[in-house]
Amino acid sequence: MSTGLNANHLLYLLQGAAWTLGLSLIAFVGGGLLGLAVALCRVSPIKAVRVLTSGYVQLVQGTPLLVILFMTFFGLPALGLNISPLTAAGVSLTLYVSAYLGEIWRGCIQSVPRAQWEAAECLALTRLQRMRMVVLPQAIRIATPPTVGFMVQIVKNTSLASVVGFVELARSGQIINNSVFEPFLVYVIIAALYFAMCFPLSRWSQRLERRGAQARYQAAADLPQAATLSPT
Amino acid sequence: MNTSTDPDGAAAVILQDVHKSFGNQKVLAGVNLQAQRGQVTAIIGRSGSGKSTALRCIDRLETIDSGRITVCGRRVDDRQVDLKALRLDVGIVFQSYNLFPHLNIEDNIMLAPRAAKGVDKAAARELAHAVLAKVGLGEKARAYPEQLSGGQQQRVAIARSLAMQPKVMLFDEVTSALDPELTGEVLKVIEELAAGGMTMVIVTHEMAFARRIADQIVFMHSGRVWEQGSADILTHPQTPELKQFVKSDL
Repeated sequence: MSTGLNANHLLYLLQGAAWTLGLSLIAFVGGGLLGLAVALCRVSPIKAVRVLTSGYVQLVQGTPLLVILFMTFFGLPALGLNISPLTAAGVSLTLYVSAYLGEIWRGCIQSVPRAQWEAAECLALTRLQRMRMVVLPQAIRIATPPTVGFMVQIVKNTSLASVVGFVELARSGQIINNSVFEPFLVYVIIAALYFAMCFPLSRWSQRLERRGAQARYQAAADLPQAATLSPT
Repeated sequence: MNTSTDPDGAAAVILQDVHKSFGNQKVLAGVNLQAQRGQVTAIIGRSGSGKSTALRCIDRLETIDSGRITVCGRRVDDRQVDLKALRLDVGIVFQSYNLFPHLNIEDNIMLAPRAAKGVDKAAARELAHAVLAKVGLGEKARAYPEQLSGGQQQRVAIARSLAMQPKVMLFDEVTSALDPELTGEVLKVIEELAAGGMTMVIVTHEMAFARRIADQIVFMHSGRVWEQGSADILTHPQTPELKQFVKSDL
């Protein structure tokens, strides 16, 4: 089987892979920061804030990432805002990730027992101090496995950025294939590169989850028995 | 806006005609009680008699529907009450300890004095070691809650509350989650506090303990104070309900 694929092509693919990682990082950092804000707003004591944020989450989760990408890349210029493929992809992924991470983290914050809030409240800590010193440190432990797991989704979803002309791994594969026309070989390589990025994350997430399950099992074993001394 | 006047003569905790419902369920139906300064008030009664709810209302973990609650001269039922000032005056220990699992014992204790009172780190550590010594756990400063027995965790919870130097301490069935052989060490710590003149309100199922340390015993039944007085009310109960309750405890 003769192939036109050479070292330069491979180098180009690796460059695409690097952009995939870069875009993933932007999406994770941007989406993480915005997601933290979303999570905190979702547990706000102010109802209007909770309702508004919930609306944002519903809106973003109910819209395909592809459509969000089209709206930012093609829609914003129509409104007079010119935007590069990188910015469009970065912004779209940030929005997308923030809605999902925000919900994951809200669940983690709410799974910290209410008694912990109460104990901190009774020690005269302000709401902010309770959140920062007591609840978030515990929520972060709970949040780590699902967050790492979601990073796999982020890496794979960056491939959609190819539709706005951003040359990441999937797009670089298309471009190479257009010149060498070896679709099977090229896409197997692409798939392998995605796998190489995602597999370690999946394994890491699984390991964290197992460790968490062990800790929970331990905690459950240590849990005080229900009151048995009450007079009947 | 109600400021703390704290007249010397008044009781530390005063509940006047306190009513509280959860939905249709009436939990407190006109509770009247006073806990005097430097004294131990033990609240006893069946599960569901409203005793824990009454205690939680004192620290405003629950709001009340009507009536008055005054703690150290501060009106707790006031919507505008300074909650931080209230929580600085009142310490509470729960049935389930509620230590912070991500912090070691020392940090559990140091957290609130530093965050709420601005005590510096060295002074807070000294304070932590002093209160840990008081509950007999000086050597556990670096351990994590999960490494301690239930009784030890509860003693740490008491120490954590003590470190805030409260004027009143509330205990909400603090031994109910413990194995019988571990309750003694916790009760001993509370008795030492009582001997030291701490004002305390204790909700408990430990009748012998209540009899031993309480200056005043309050028997609650269906959301009301049914009988109250010295430990004598346990030997000579006036109402059939308390008679029944005392008998079932034997």
